[in-house]
Amino acid sequence: MDQLQNYLFIAAALFSLGLFAVITRRNAVAVLMGVELILNSANVNFLAFSRFGGMNFNGHVFALFVIIMAAAEAAVALAIIINLYNNYQSINVDEASQLKR
Amino acid sequence: MSELLFWFMTAMTIGSALIVVLHSNLFYSALALVVTLFGVAAFYVFLWADFLAGVQVLIYIGGILILILFGIMLTNKISSVNISHSNFHQGIAAVIVMGIFSILGWMILKTPWLHIVQQEPSQTVGRIGRLLMTEYLLPFEVASVLLLSALIGAAMLSRKAN
Repeated sequence: MDQLQNYLFIAAALFSLGLFAVITRRNAVAVLMGVELILNSANVNFLAFSRFGGMNFNGHVFALFVIIMAAAEAAVALAIIINLYNNYQSINVDEASQLKR
Repeated sequence: MSELLFWFMTAMTIGSALIVVLHSNLFYSALALVVTLFGVAAFYVFLWADFLAGVQVLIYIGGILILILFGIMLTNKISSVNISHSNFHQGIAAVIVMGIFSILGWMILKTPWLHIVQQEPSQTVGRIGRLLMTEYLLPFEVASVLLLSALIGAAMLSRKAN
């Protein structure tokens, strides 16, 4: 637990799983959950580099901004998802392809 | 003891993240996301970021996850049959993701990381607050404007069109 590499591996695993969810899930809420996983892995990286790179708290502030951005993103994404549901009666991202036609 | 706890949290976080990604019932995915976010908060504690761990529990688990659960409950019919929530590209996606993970892992193992040994700080909140009010004042204000605009935008978007 006093190794930088451990934290980087955990963050890489979380990032890969989040990316997998974003690619394969059809439900828009599940895609949003994948994005949250990716943001969390970025936060773990920020804090790990802050802890092992001199502890000067710039990483902490950045992680705080990432959390703020995630909150705003989740609110707007849920509003979009509810709109999508009202228009299509489903929230599958594959079916919302009106602009492609 | 601490070492054991660390590996237990690692297993818990990665395992619940797997459930988030792979479970067919979306509600269970959201509940597994709670466990994942708690695990990440535990890593923040291991990384001496106690304030960030509190913020993670408050905002992610108390705020974002509640929003996600609302989204699931508002858009899923209770009586609807449990259709699969994944598309048919899972094999290709698994290959791509494993490739990205192995590239990242190779990079992590190969890089000679700088390792500065530091004393654990006696407090973190004061330092973060001082940075927010001096060096990061402009991003701080921009973040507040972003939150306000996201609030107004979300209210505008989710209103019934008339």
